[in-house]
Amino acid sequence: MTDIDKLLRRDSFIERNARSRARALLDPGSMRELAGPFERLHSPWLARQQLVTQADDGVVVAKGTLDGAPTVVLAIEGGFQGGSMGEIGGAKIAGALHLAARDNRRGIATQAVILFETGGVRLQEANLGLAAIAEIQAAIVDLRRYRPVIGVSAGTVGCYGGMSIAAGLCSYLVLTREARLGLNGPQVIEQEAGVNEFDARQRALIWGLTGGAQRVATGLADACVEDDTPEVRATVARLFAQGLPAQNRSDRAVEYLAALAGIDTGAQAAPEDVRTTYTQGAA
Amino acid sequence: MEKLNYTFAAGAPAAGRAVTGVVSSGDLEVLLEPGDNGSTTVAVQTSVDGYGHNWTALLERVLGPGTLPAARIEINDNGATPGVVRMRIEQAFEEQGRADNGDRENRA
Repeated sequence: MTDIDKLLRRDSFIERNARSRARALLDPGSMRELAGPFERLHSPWLARQQLVTQADDGVVVAKGTLDGAPTVVLAIEGGFQGGSMGEIGGAKIAGALHLAARDNRRGIATQAVILFETGGVRLQEANLGLAAIAEIQAAIVDLRRYRPVIGVSAGTVGCYGGMSIAAGLCSYLVLTREARLGLNGPQVIEQEAGVNEFDARQRALIWGLTGGAQRVATGLADACVEDDTPEVRATVARLFAQGLPAQNRSDRAVEYLAALAGIDTGAQAAPEDVRTTYTQGAA
Repeated sequence: MEKLNYTFAAGAPAAGRAVTGVVSSGDLEVLLEPGDNGSTTVAVQTSVDGYGHNWTALLERVLGPGTLPAARIEINDNGATPGVVRMRIEQAFEEQGRADNGDRENRA
């Protein structure tokens, strides 16, 4: 098969919208959407600021099965307001995770996938968005005691801000090469610390330091997959089959801090240096 | 932001619901539900002000003949071109009531 044939036959995950991504991860015909667009849960805050709202506030809550196991998929729509977390979208994710944890306490082993495509908090909703992200983080920590919570960021928005912390709390994290993961975005770093600190026009630098391949190489994510729907689904299914990780990444915070403390911040870090820092720190 | 409302003659009620598109740059979200027999209503919220005559002309062209099923349509627009608007509306009519509703929505 030629490269062009492969490209044309590929079932891209990135090109799907949030609802379509959620449906693709669940067993065919099993998906049921909760708090969907026809419930008309528009953001009351965006409308007051003369911004067009979306009927699901940019979050799809999909309940169904994955290889027969009860699963909830929380898909963030990166196209709507940069996938930002507002009061309603955030509450949908946190509420669904809380219900999944309650399911587990009642003997139903519900697992969760979060599709991160987000710049973090929705600035127009300020503290309500931040509070929602805190609730999401608490709910992930609650649920991951019972069944894995798997984060996926496919791109092209990536995963930033408070939601990158939520991604770090997940039992497993799956990225594509196109995805980026970081606390602050490149332009925010450049704006705050100057172009000498970080040049946001250098795409190779951005992906070299925060791209999917680098994050997997440094152990901050678990799998780097192609932009291919069957491969994303198979990877998520394989990680669920592994069960809970022996140790959550967030339980290794002390190790990571020790590794980061040894960095010479006087020089611009190259991607290889960062890999060395993390792999030595983890040893 | 501007809000516009329309009513058109239509056929029998649509078979079911459909949602197409997202409120991303240059795109729109169309929500379609079965309407009252013989009448289709359209409620538009658009990020671009002052294009009411374009909306009227476009919706008149698609829904004016009154041959499509009766529906309650909500449109949330983020600066889509008329061609994109028309495709999303037609996509919603195509998908309404289909069991695998939206399985391949917005793939391209």
